Amino acid sequence: MKINRLGIVAISLAAMGALTLSGCAAGTEKAAAPKGDSKAIITTNGSEPQNPLIPTNTAETGGGKVVTSVFAGLVSYTAKGELENEVAKSIESDDAQNWTVTLEDGWKFSNDEPVTAKSFVDAWNYGALFSNAQGSSYFFDDIAGFSYDADSELTGLKVVDEKTFTVELVAPEADWPLRLGYSAYSPLPEVAFEDMAAFGENPIGNGPYMLKGEGAWEHDVKIDLVTNPAYDGVRKPANGGLSIVFYDSQDAAYADVQGGNLDVLDAIPDAAFETYESDFPERSVNQPAAVFQALNMPYYLEHWSGKEGELRRAAISMSINRDEITDVIFQGTRTPATDFTSPVIDGYSDKLKGADVLEYNKKEAKKLWAEADAIAPYTGTFDIAYNSDGGHQAWVDAVANSIKNTLGIKAVGKAYPTFAAALDDRDAKKLTGATRAGWQADYPSLFNFLAPLYQTGAGSNKEGYSSKEFDRLLKEGAAASSVEEATAKYQEAQEVLLKDLPTLPLWYSNVTGVWAETVDNVVFGWDSVPMYTDITKK
Amino acid sequence: MLWYTGKRLLQMIPVFFGATFLIYFMVFSLPGDPIAALYGDRTPSPGVIAQIRAQYYLDQPLLVQYFHYMVGFFQGDLGTTYSGRPVSEVMASAFPVTARLAMLALIFEAFAGVLVGLIAGLRKGKLFDASALVVSLLLISVPTFVIGFVLQFVFGVQLGWARTTVSGEAPLNELILPALVLASVSFAYIVRLTRASVSDNLNADFVRTATAKGLSRPRVVTVHVLRNSLVPVVTFLGVDLGSLMVGAIVTEGIFNINGVGGTVYKAIKLGEGPTVVSFIAVMVVIFVLANLLVDLLYAALDPRIRYAK
Repeated sequence: MKINRLGIVAISLAAMGALTLSGCAAGTEKAAAPKGDSKAIITTNGSEPQNPLIPTNTAETGGGKVVTSVFAGLVSYTAKGELENEVAKSIESDDAQNWTVTLEDGWKFSNDEPVTAKSFVDAWNYGALFSNAQGSSYFFDDIAGFSYDADSELTGLKVVDEKTFTVELVAPEADWPLRLGYSAYSPLPEVAFEDMAAFGENPIGNGPYMLKGEGAWEHDVKIDLVTNPAYDGVRKPANGGLSIVFYDSQDAAYADVQGGNLDVLDAIPDAAFETYESDFPERSVNQPAAVFQALNMPYYLEHWSGKEGELRRAAISMSINRDEITDVIFQGTRTPATDFTSPVIDGYSDKLKGADVLEYNKKEAKKLWAEADAIAPYTGTFDIAYNSDGGHQAWVDAVANSIKNTLGIKAVGKAYPTFAAALDDRDAKKLTGATRAGWQADYPSLFNFLAPLYQTGAGSNKEGYSSKEFDRLLKEGAAASSVEEATAKYQEAQEVLLKDLPTLPLWYSNVTGVWAETVDNVVFGWDSVPMYTDITKK
Repeated sequence: MLWYTGKRLLQMIPVFFGATFLIYFMVFSLPGDPIAALYGDRTPSPGVIAQIRAQYYLDQPLLVQYFHYMVGFFQGDLGTTYSGRPVSEVMASAFPVTARLAMLALIFEAFAGVLVGLIAGLRKGKLFDASALVVSLLLISVPTFVIGFVLQFVFGVQLGWARTTVSGEAPLNELILPALVLASVSFAYIVRLTRASVSDNLNADFVRTATAKGLSRPRVVTVHVLRNSLVPVVTFLGVDLGSLMVGAIVTEGIFNINGVGGTVYKAIKLGEGPTVVSFIAVMVVIFVLANLLVDLLYAALDPRIRYAK
């Protein structure tokens, strides 16, 4: 096997040499960077999609990887999270509430059906319909006609002609187009509506890749994608396809990259944190990603509301040594938090007013805690709930220790066997202390980090935070006429959060990954997923 | 003999019902709402969750859920996973892979274990015996995942002799390394069992008689010593077949094998009742059958054991 591989390298080197020579002989062409084989299949890691591959019912990373590769929405995101038009020619509005979407000509699904305004309107209506029970239905809740508890048509969507449709939102939203690159907004071909379950097994999309024939999805094993010849958008693949191999353990995937069976791995197992840079010199990545992690502190507990609560929240936050924990426990694969969003999002700031509450400050923490004790003395143990099946124990213990050593109170981790069990107590408002919480953005916007988590009554606002000022600022930000103005409002809203501290920001998860010698141009996107279409294979 | 076998097979019926119900009860008692947890931090609307719960009867009491499962079971429908795949399909892909892996491991541990144990027993106190004891002690005391990772790194990454993980179709040649890892601990036990049993039997009266009759050494060893020494080994192998089929989670994880252990583990974590129960039901049947087979083999190996009415 070893010899075989050497042989292949030798042959490809010889071939490359020949190419270079002929290039020189021609003399006119510029010496381009060694280009990859446009037929080569890139192998990468993934996990078995949790649901059939229907864009509006795919919210987890396993299925998300496939759906974003197989479908193209109105827009897509660059590696930095900037918008680029895909199917859309323009998305325009005068009042940020009534939008007109015009589609580019020539787009087709891989079954040759043209992509029309109807493909979008029908797909969004399907995703939003109550009885279709789609996990991402809430993404459409800002379109007129949406209902959370009964079947109703999205009356805000109107097909004008083959290539144009209009959208009426419930309220103005200046950065509404920002979210349209999320996979839930993909168009669907007509064949999908005949039998959605069957379609989910063999989805037909308009994206850069398509499934390699019937049965390309081998359940629990892998899914094979090949380039879609009908695709002519901004994500044109530089390779011949993508084979997403499903792994239950990142250790196995890491061994496979080392053993030459896998080209790109978008995660590094804990055990390899210390060695990945020497295992893969110049072929690894460790950069901040759009993942925010924090400790949520419920308001229904004694000592944690009102003026006393405000003091205690700040004291706890200042007693956590984020720098040391990200360094020692995570080997630098987390970045200490300075706001409630992420450094990869446009509008991120490390200079928010009141952000010093996120810095380790032993003296101030003790002082604030003592002030709170003067209001009502604190007794008992401070616990941090986490699910023990997710590898959280080490950092939770470290945070608890940091609090214990700073404030001199009893602080411990409280393990739940599964995520479901922890969620149950959070939903039932039965927590006895703080709980770990995390959020990964669906689309690159400040709004997506704030509204679902802290707005009064929002779906993921499980600890029941409610602030009129925050809600007002969020609403103003959404209705702002320019992105700059919106960003200013969202930052102001975060300053409210820094004062109230419904959650104690901890750190941003970095995206970590390694790749084999055989591939080039591996760049990781803002959403922690490699830009697969750009990868070339030698 | 036939009557005995029939009786044992009939006993499987209450065992089957009891085991499935118990498992269903245990999965039912797992804390938390499995559907809400499926979506992680991105909570779908409560209406969506309620509809999905109803679809899987999760809003019903335990007995109703079990009843629905059993009605489906006798119509050949084992229910679906939360991703909508029929459980029967999941089983059809997981069991053959694990069966191949377990069989390879069993063959390896049986042949190599008995051979090494026999030689060690015959040469008690010699160098071979001492090394066999040391190696088996090492294999028993080092956890499987250590052996797994080391072999994977050495043979897969450094030497490149074997594929680091097993590909989807799980062909036999790729399963050799995982099977060695899986068999390692049982191999050590079998070496020790065989060795002890052989060295006991060497001093037994019937061996002295056989030797005194003038039988050749090979015939004494194979027919008289070995055959009688195999009774405890066979018992162990029978029980081990069961645990190899179900307990390969660690090995399957290291080599990314899509087998029974990993599937059940994931299903338990997701709280997927029908999947867990269906898999465990098959495991129970395998266990019972393996034990029956062992009991029948006793009679074949030891003429003193007979199953009458």
